[in-house]
Amino acid sequence: MAAQTSPRSTDADTAPASSGEQATPAVAGASGAAPSVGGQGTTPTAATALQGVGVCAGVALGPVARLGLPAAVPAQLPAPEDVTAEAARVRQALADAGDALDGRAAAAREHGRDEAAQILDAQAMMARDFVLADRAAALVTEGNAGPHAVATALQGFRAQLEAAGGYLAERAADLDGVRDRVVSTLLGVPLPGLPDPGHPYVLVAEDLTPADTATLDKDAVLGIVTAAGGATSHTAIIAKSLGIPAVVGCRGADALVDGAHVLVDGTDGAVLTDPADDVVARRREAFDARRALAAAHSGPGRTKDGHGVKLLVNLGAGEDPATAAAGDVEGVGLLRTELLYLDRATAPTFDEQTAAYRDVFAAFAGRKVVVRTLDAGADKPLPFLTDPDEPNPALGVRGYRTSWRHPDLLDDQLRAIAAAVAAVEAEAATGGTGAADADTGEDGTPAGAADVWVMAPMIATPIEAAAFSAAAKGHGLRTVGTMVEVPAAALAADALVAACDFVSIGTNDLSQYTFAADRLQSELAGLLDPWQPALLRLIQMVGAAGGAQDTPVGVCGEAAGDPLLAPVLVGLGVTSLSMASSSVADVRAALAVRTLEECRSLAATALAAADAAGARAAVAEAVLAG
Amino acid sequence: MPQRTIAVGSSVGLHARPASLLVAAAGKAVAGGAASSVTIAKDGAEPADARSILSVIALGAGHGDEVTLAAEGEQAETVLDELAAIVAAEEE
Repeated sequence: MAAQTSPRSTDADTAPASSGEQATPAVAGASGAAPSVGGQGTTPTAATALQGVGVCAGVALGPVARLGLPAAVPAQLPAPEDVTAEAARVRQALADAGDALDGRAAAAREHGRDEAAQILDAQAMMARDFVLADRAAALVTEGNAGPHAVATALQGFRAQLEAAGGYLAERAADLDGVRDRVVSTLLGVPLPGLPDPGHPYVLVAEDLTPADTATLDKDAVLGIVTAAGGATSHTAIIAKSLGIPAVVGCRGADALVDGAHVLVDGTDGAVLTDPADDVVARRREAFDARRALAAAHSGPGRTKDGHGVKLLVNLGAGEDPATAAAGDVEGVGLLRTELLYLDRATAPTFDEQTAAYRDVFAAFAGRKVVVRTLDAGADKPLPFLTDPDEPNPALGVRGYRTSWRHPDLLDDQLRAIAAAVAAVEAEAATGGTGAADADTGEDGTPAGAADVWVMAPMIATPIEAAAFSAAAKGHGLRTVGTMVEVPAAALAADALVAACDFVSIGTNDLSQYTFAADRLQSELAGLLDPWQPALLRLIQMVGAAGGAQDTPVGVCGEAAGDPLLAPVLVGLGVTSLSMASSSVADVRAALAVRTLEECRSLAATALAAADAAGARAAVAEAVLAG
Repeated sequence: MPQRTIAVGSSVGLHARPASLLVAAAGKAVAGGAASSVTIAKDGAEPADARSILSVIALGAGHGDEVTLAAEGEQAETVLDELAAIVAAEEE
């Protein structure tokens, strides 16, 4: 591969150079063509404009309220004058924290977030732990200030948990949550966590963790802006699942203060302070028009000239498939199976697995379901499978590679999938539920049953693909393919595709490995941008191989859900797109208004760009002009 | 002092829900007067108060690890039966 000459700073990458968006006030970087060094310049309006990555479309307008940060405990605090009174204050603060955490647990339960509620229950119990209270009180009696006493007492337990390792070490964060809450109370500073200003607000934070979002209320939070994070961050996932307009990776968000009046446009990632009324109106109209366009199209995905592109959703096994199945989608393009294995000491049993797969296959009767076999390792470690001491887990024994050490796990999983397929097909054949659909699968799937495809993650070579295919077919599975996430697999596309019934490109990991940029490092988000021409070039190689051999090429990953990028992917030869269900309608509309030839032309435009921002801007311009 | 040594049945070890259930039951037993104290120990280490969630979790008892419950009081045996059943339960 050619080395990248003149690597560009990612600093200005987020702002389109001239996307025809005159409504947007000048953004740092948008004036890059100006002769002045630095290019910041002054904008003609008093309003300030920030630019991030839009992750959930929609326009929100409201006052900022920032996420409460854990109070920093001052290194030096005066010794308490009255140790008895200070000890009583510590006990009271712990008891109050217990009550408050109970309240949050109840709220989480009300919002159907049972997992979060259980963590909050446990935290409430910890705050009320009398051994903790006794130890903290004893430390106060020895002359320590209350905040120090609580932090020190909890640190003792924390060290024990960390020493235990594994799942327990991860739970150490729960103790930190208790500590931050109690210490804030004792210091008399605002509590960490979600703000409660008493009116709906735009939530602004450096980043959001699952603990922060556990009690996030859709009615209170109008929009979300975070300084860190990318399209695959936790913030993005939770915003999409709740349908809250959100912008992540927003430089300058740190400067947004409580009460500031901001507009958040999750469509293009703009965050505007004190926007003029006409700007607000124009952005709202643009969003409504987009929604209307999406509503005007339905049914299977296709281009204007009738070229079919399957529109699928990503789903986790163990999650409720009913909501996803109720949508206007052609099936599941990525069924993640890790959820069945996480937070467990041993692998799920054959029966548990079969039942979970059956649920999904039954919900998608008559449609397609692509199951990805266990993708453990790296950011998804499993105690019974992965080696915690790997120096580079993302480059280690993960995904399909774990089956070299534990062939039985993959074998069990394939057997369970095959059993679930057999069960739903038997039901369909005997006129069970879902048999109303008269379509017959091209490969012998009985009418009314889900058409189940299976693929393996982290395949690097055609030999591995062939070995996986042989294993899966040995269990009677009919349609077997692989993910393309490793650049080597894309570079060997012809031979890889020849060994498969289909392939599916996982753009998130393919970016990470192509750009040698850790997905979990938010400062590398610019490199991981799916618009990077080098990434698109790899997708093109796979698309071309698929086209030549008449083999389906899917894309699953955040890239597939970008309505501007979707036509580009189709132009590169992609035949199915799998995304969050909230993105399907926009992507369907984006494909329906242009021909396959126009998609190819957009793809050529993107490939010709120098960098991700240039590719996005050039395609946006071509779309507006066309 | 009456005691029981049992293997942890939960596949996730003695934390989260199993630990919460154990602590709640131990707290109830002592508050209700059935026992005057209930402790739990692992590997012969210093016993911890079974009413303290932090102490119980900090044992780091995984699936299959043996722990020793001890109780004092009038109904110590009954209390131990109940607590041992919680520790041995396989359901998460």
